[in-house]
Amino acid sequence: MTPSPKVNIRSLSMLFPTDGSVIEVLSSIDLEVEDGELVCILGPSGCGKSTLLNVVGGFLKASAGTVLIDGQEVAGPDPRRIFVFQERGVFPWLTVEGNVGFGLFRLDARERAERIAHYVKLVGLSGFENAYPQELSGGMKQRLEVARALAVNPDVLFLDEPFGALDSITRLIMRSELLRIRRAEKKTVLFVTHDIDESVQLADRVVVMSTRPATIRRIVDIDMPHPRDLSAPRYIELRDLLLEEIGLAHKI
Amino acid sequence: MKRLLPFSATAALLAVWFLAAHRQVSGLFPDPLQVLNGLLELLKRGLLAKYVVASLFRVTWGYLLAVVTAIPLGLLLGWYRRGESALNPFLQLLRPISPLAWIPISILWFGVGDVAAIFLIFLAAFLPLTVAAMNAVRNVPPTLLRAGRNFGLSNLRLLVDVILPATLPQLIVALRISLGVAWLVVVAAEMIAVNSGLGFLIVDARNAGNRYDLVVAGMVMIGLIGLVLDLGMRQLERMKALRWGYGS
Repeated sequence: MTPSPKVNIRSLSMLFPTDGSVIEVLSSIDLEVEDGELVCILGPSGCGKSTLLNVVGGFLKASAGTVLIDGQEVAGPDPRRIFVFQERGVFPWLTVEGNVGFGLFRLDARERAERIAHYVKLVGLSGFENAYPQELSGGMKQRLEVARALAVNPDVLFLDEPFGALDSITRLIMRSELLRIRRAEKKTVLFVTHDIDESVQLADRVVVMSTRPATIRRIVDIDMPHPRDLSAPRYIELRDLLLEEIGLAHKI
Repeated sequence: MKRLLPFSATAALLAVWFLAAHRQVSGLFPDPLQVLNGLLELLKRGLLAKYVVASLFRVTWGYLLAVVTAIPLGLLLGWYRRGESALNPFLQLLRPISPLAWIPISILWFGVGDVAAIFLIFLAAFLPLTVAAMNAVRNVPPTLLRAGRNFGLSNLRLLVDVILPATLPQLIVALRISLGVAWLVVVAAEMIAVNSGLGFLIVDARNAGNRYDLVVAGMVMIGLIGLVLDLGMRQLERMKALRWGYGS
């Protein structure tokens, strides 16, 4: 008996009614994600990849098809699966500690404090426990949101262009941080991005989406061990393959 | 130099007031020194403290009643859009009616006395607070609501742990403005509905022998207390857990 996939998306379609007409955003998507896998969903802006993530996360209801997680149909958002937004998702009225502890209201005070301390340290925010988000940089806010998500010990993380609002240097640092954290805490990760390099650096597999209505064009295995050499021939080969698959020229 | 500016401007205006008072024909309008003497006289007779306490008592009750009813109601109406669309037209119709227009009805229902005045203050603060709380909920960023839901919060917890703190900066502004309105209304209410308080003092001083020094003394006290109330509310806006809501 083969183990069933962690996330199983079956002939998923999504229609949005807009003044009179109906727009098809997702068209019969089939995808299986194994437990502990990091899958990047790559596609041009506005293709519907965020919509896909929102359906899998339980925030939107699909027009047709099903999403199964651990064999159960997704009925709504669930603390076992946490969605990370672009830094705007942190609660501005809570300190770093308050944010990390937000989802831990079911634990007693001691356990709560231990978890908070652990995850504040894991994401490198030690010394900022009592700082408010407005006193943090964009990258730090993003780390904070990741810490808040990890603190409730979810099985699955949904990341929707989490580093999109950061500058390119911070973005690179955050990617290696994500990989480091992932070595410490093995989670299933669905990562939406429109950045080809980001997907080759992070993913076990890259799901390339077409323009609207989004379908899966191709799934590419990134068969490179971590840490990945960004100038290795295989890296460039995979990147070019994805560039081509998305329909972009190699020269600018 | 800049710090001295408000003081010198106030001094100059007091001087103008003094000179103008001494050039008038009727002699009824008091100069600043007479007003100061009037204040001292009220203080000695024990009336100042008594009237200030009476006014603050009414404002406190009317305002607190409005706060504890309007804010939960406004948050709920903002949360349950159906409630909002049902009640909003009614609220918008009531809003342009000055609380003072309610004075006859207030006396009809509650008679002449504290309750009538408290009811007017309640009305004055209740409507703007309800509408402000309702609008504040609508302005809560959807990502914060989704984050709250994602962590498995019940509706009640979502209201207490996400919606209330997210709306608090806007609520504090509304609380400050409506306290100002409540203070405006108490003076008017006391002129008609009761026989104590700073509003009563002003009307009474005029009726009992044109004591315009006491009239102006009452006005000065109203201004000072209003200023102190507003400064107190402004302090709240400086809290760190709120400052995010007022730009950088």
